[in-house]
Amino acid sequence: MAELPVAPTMEARPARYRWLMAIGRQRELSLVAIMFVLGAGVSLIAPQFLSVENFSQVATLAAVIAVAAVGEAFVIITRGIDLSVEAIIGLVAYCVARTLELQVLDPIGAIAMGLAIGLLLGMVNGFIVTMLKVPAIVATLGTLSIFRGIDYVIAGPDQVPLAGLPEGFTDWARADVLGIPVFVLVTIVVVAVGMVLLRSTRFGRQVYAVGSNPEAAAILGIPARLVVFVAFSVCGLLSGLAGIMWVMQFGTINGTAATGATLAIVAAVVVGGVNTLGGSGTLAGAAIGALFLGFIANALILVGLSQFWLQAIYGLVILVAIAGDQVIRRSVQRANTRSGTR
Amino acid sequence: MTETMAGPGAPHIELRGISKSFGATAALVDVSMDLRAGEIHALVGENGAGKSTLVKILAGVHQPDGGTILLDGAPTLIHGPAQSRSLGIAVVHQEPRLFPDLTVAENVFIGHAPSGLLGSIDWRGMRRAAQGLFDELDVQFDVGAPVRGLSMADQQLIEIAKALSADAGALILDEPTASLSAHEVERLFAIVRRLRDRGVAILFVSHRLDEVFALCDRATVFRDGRHVVTANTSDLTTADLIRHMVGRTVSLFPKVENPIGEVLLEVSGLTRVGVFRDVGFSVRAGEILGLAGLVGAGRSEVARVLFGLDRRDGGEVRIGGKLVDFAAPSAAMSAGIAYLPEDRHQEGLVLDFTIAQNVTLPILPRLFPRLLVSAATERRVATEHTEQFNVRMTGVDQEVGALSGGNQQKVVLAKWLASGPRVLILDEPTRGIDIGAKVEVHRLISELAASGLAIILISSDLPEVLAMSDRIVVLHEGRVTAEIPRGQATQERVMFAATGNLAGDEGDVPVAATGESTRG
Repeated sequence: MAELPVAPTMEARPARYRWLMAIGRQRELSLVAIMFVLGAGVSLIAPQFLSVENFSQVATLAAVIAVAAVGEAFVIITRGIDLSVEAIIGLVAYCVARTLELQVLDPIGAIAMGLAIGLLLGMVNGFIVTMLKVPAIVATLGTLSIFRGIDYVIAGPDQVPLAGLPEGFTDWARADVLGIPVFVLVTIVVVAVGMVLLRSTRFGRQVYAVGSNPEAAAILGIPARLVVFVAFSVCGLLSGLAGIMWVMQFGTINGTAATGATLAIVAAVVVGGVNTLGGSGTLAGAAIGALFLGFIANALILVGLSQFWLQAIYGLVILVAIAGDQVIRRSVQRANTRSGTR
Repeated sequence: MTETMAGPGAPHIELRGISKSFGATAALVDVSMDLRAGEIHALVGENGAGKSTLVKILAGVHQPDGGTILLDGAPTLIHGPAQSRSLGIAVVHQEPRLFPDLTVAENVFIGHAPSGLLGSIDWRGMRRAAQGLFDELDVQFDVGAPVRGLSMADQQLIEIAKALSADAGALILDEPTASLSAHEVERLFAIVRRLRDRGVAILFVSHRLDEVFALCDRATVFRDGRHVVTANTSDLTTADLIRHMVGRTVSLFPKVENPIGEVLLEVSGLTRVGVFRDVGFSVRAGEILGLAGLVGAGRSEVARVLFGLDRRDGGEVRIGGKLVDFAAPSAAMSAGIAYLPEDRHQEGLVLDFTIAQNVTLPILPRLFPRLLVSAATERRVATEHTEQFNVRMTGVDQEVGALSGGNQQKVVLAKWLASGPRVLILDEPTRGIDIGAKVEVHRLISELAASGLAIILISSDLPEVLAMSDRIVVLHEGRVTAEIPRGQATQERVMFAATGNLAGDEGDVPVAATGESTRG
């Protein structure tokens, strides 16, 4: 890059600063760019990568994680974290599948119930964090265990087989509208609604303010606890939606559904550029982060590497993303303080 | 004012032609000065003048690009903080950097704890030695207690004891009084003088010029990274110093006389158990009411109750004659109160936000009653409100974190004024900003009062309170001890009340006696 001289002139520094800011800001674009480059490489080894079927499959699988990641992003932007999302997904998935198997509710009713359970569990998390003042990481570690425990108690050793679900219920995971998978459309709607909420409403401004500077928010009369409570509730609701999608996706559900998914969800949020310390990041970033991880998983299989690598790679991706953020933030700060000491 | 120079000590530390640049910014240019054993040497200059860079070079944090440091005449390189300490240079920072969960004694001896048998720590010896150090400083301390919860002043004394324990020949105090009350400042000064008399070379970095004259033997002024002047403080006046610092003459506090209107805020019998009791005062439209007192007197706490951040336990607050009771800041804001908090970064601004987003934050509900936010409206409103403040910015879309302290403070002011308040509470509005910006903030405060706002000004900077206020209410340990009109306010009177003497007893204050005590 020619505009990055070692001894920058007064003209060049703002340019460099803007360049760094751009990378810091446009995480979504950077991710897409990386996917293009990686994709080109993978398609050389495995030509089937470039098929429409493969793309829809990757996107559909990623959609479940993406929906939950959008909820998680809400919480992380307010300086919290929700580790219990995988247990919410699992519990909702089992409850929905079991209700359908027993034919207590029709599919619409079961979906509504799943969303309600997710919302309720999210509100429980929000209550513990805001009213009992338990740090989010501890509170949701506790509820992770509790929700999963309830799942085990309800499910026992039983599982709901694919055949137990009403006909057509799992078809949604494979259906498309004008060639676009329904799951992808659902994700786009979730992201779009969430983005409008965060970018263009008073509530959204308050979410960022609380995450960026809770003390200032308090002095401005922003109801910080309500904002955090709502963030956890939204996260629960979207985890519930992800749980329903999980049933449609996999069909056969037992008490261990979605175990370990929190790692992928948090990884998606972090890779998507949401600041782990709160206050900045976008929901589109979180969703694209999920797509990015799904894409890596797919590429691994096609290139012939073992799936067992996946766990380690998710962890690595989280670390690279956070370390990269730190480097960029520090450079931007340095550029800032220097231009500030004039 | 100061006694005769404490012996013409040879230079303990001498700097010759020190330069330091960060990228293209020259922080220090060819700076030469010396620090003598047995003197207190003030280093003053505006923010960005290079004071902190010099302190960091002596502390070993930065290495100079050019020039020589002589220690007792011998050229020395200071490679890092550990070496700086081993050369006997101790730095006490404005915000003490102690370990809150360790005891006082452990903090004093951190890194060089006395060892007993087999190299294990000699706990009893350490406590005894720490106690000895504090006895030397003539202060009472429970050296076995953890540091957490101690006042800023006490923590600084621990830092000083730490320096003594390392047998430091040079002590650098970097804005040590910024968060101390006047009484604590006096205690610190007494200790610093005692150290000087023992032959320690002391560099005193400060924004407070009155302290420079009260404490220091010589003063050096930096401007834009260059050495401007070094002179005996007895040969200087405040006006001289300021002229050297800014390179032009400034009128410090442009106080404007305003017509004073009807009572806007009336407080009576206000009580918050354990914090303050029976506080009463009133502020009129166009009036600036100074709220003076030592740190811990309850000034900010009163403000927090007025703004609905804390609840009161008793008393009445009236706004425009109407009785009010706020459960939350939002209620106070809609009743027309704005509160500019003490800590700009912690409580005043959202640094991730742009200027526009910060300015509109308190008025979002009013600006956008239908929930949706419009960026264009936001920019327009923010531009309107920042215009009168002369904020140095590229535009209202700039992130607030990139502004200098003085400009950030102007954004905070703009933000609160956007909410259209009738009563404005300013808590330490000029702390930590350079003199140029300070003068501008004072001008703004005067203008705001002139426009009919009732202003409560809380400040630890006594000359500032005296110069700006139409009336001064003095608090001491949570109670009002004096209410002094502008014409009768003197530093002595305010300080007399702030140290707990009720207004009635002051009739014939032996001015000489109080003057004596401030000299220590």
